[in-house]
Amino acid sequence: MSGVWRAFISLVQRDLLLAYRHRGELINPLLFFMIVVTLFPLGVSPEDSLLRTLAPGVIWIAALLAALFSLESMFRSDFDDGALEQMALSPQPLPVLVLAKVLAHWLVSGLPMLMMAPLLALFLAMPATGIRALELTLLVGTPLLSLIGSIGVALTVGMRRGGVLLTLLVLPLYIPVLIFATTAVTAAMAGLPYDGQIYFLAALLALAMTLSPFATAAALRISLS
Amino acid sequence: MTLPVPLLEARGLCCVRGEATLFENLGFSLSAGEALQVAGANGSGKTSLLRILSGLTPPDEGEVRWRGSNIMEQRAEFHGQLAYLGHHLGLKSELTVEENLRLAQGIRSVRPASRLEGVLEKVSLDHRTDMPVRTLSAGQRQRVALARMLLSGALLWILDEPFTALDAAGVALVQSLAEAHLGGGGVLVLTSHQAVSLSNRPLRKLELA
Repeated sequence: MSGVWRAFISLVQRDLLLAYRHRGELINPLLFFMIVVTLFPLGVSPEDSLLRTLAPGVIWIAALLAALFSLESMFRSDFDDGALEQMALSPQPLPVLVLAKVLAHWLVSGLPMLMMAPLLALFLAMPATGIRALELTLLVGTPLLSLIGSIGVALTVGMRRGGVLLTLLVLPLYIPVLIFATTAVTAAMAGLPYDGQIYFLAALLALAMTLSPFATAAALRISLS
Repeated sequence: MTLPVPLLEARGLCCVRGEATLFENLGFSLSAGEALQVAGANGSGKTSLLRILSGLTPPDEGEVRWRGSNIMEQRAEFHGQLAYLGHHLGLKSELTVEENLRLAQGIRSVRPASRLEGVLEKVSLDHRTDMPVRTLSAGQRQRVALARMLLSGALLWILDEPFTALDAAGVALVQSLAEAHLGGGGVLVLTSHQAVSLSNRPLRKLELA
């Protein structure tokens, strides 16, 4: 097993183990995601046709905000206890380690949302065709949110009150993801093809996967110096 | 006869923090088996210097060279030879001693220099391997960080206040580890408020004003 690959696996393993030991904290963004969506039928109207119209937007906005809340924790503890310094001093390339951290973060924040979404979609009376499209957009979209977000977190991790700045930095970049994802689900529910939007999201994901680890690594070095 | 290339060399280093210039035109060179103690009052830039030497912070002027070339141009090779122990130890408090060491080793992914059990015995933590680091005392955590440093097999040790929180036995341990490290051709840079004595080893001093 080559050194880089071994470092990647070790870091994912480490972060998953840490997440497991801290599982109480992981629940918060997921709970938020669930509560926002379930409150809509109660607060707006229990009428199926209205809920169906709102459903793609509501679920995606809730997912986007939940992802934003969970971002903060991506590098925070490693920055505070010096583990990030040790990573920056590793002979392995920092972008690879960053990618490992983003993957671990997605596995504990994005993946659970992907699994909860079909159930929440049923609350909002979404038809099966819509749920399929919703799952597909979340599958491509949530890793995208984690990758874009990692750049913002890396830039703000050195500040004591970076939260507001992080939101301002990251939210504009999340908007295209939101637009493509919700129009894809709406189109699917109307029986229209939605491949175009999915391809667009996939292209963005490919771009983010290749470029964002480098940007994040550079930002982390600045935050550490 | 040509002089051997020093392992670690600092040339014309300058560090500015805000309005204050902490040090300027600072230079030294260390060859195999040599140790340097950086002394100075609080806030005189000891930690800043160590962070520059390790490559965490770029210097405002000057350069740090490892085996004759700038460390920024050979980051992977240089960091493969470096063990840095800062104010924050970089241990995860929720993981056990053994998990911390194994995973840190995995992330560096260099061949372990010695066996984990042997190293833990050396820092007298062999009966604490399954305890989460959060339950350990400050001195014991320092020992875990020392164990990680030993496992890395690094040639250059940069230690920022390695004696804090250590008891008398711990201080003696660090000194004997340092002597063995220098005896094996290693290089050591450390800051300390205590007087450091290394038997049979020259210890050069650098006083930051």
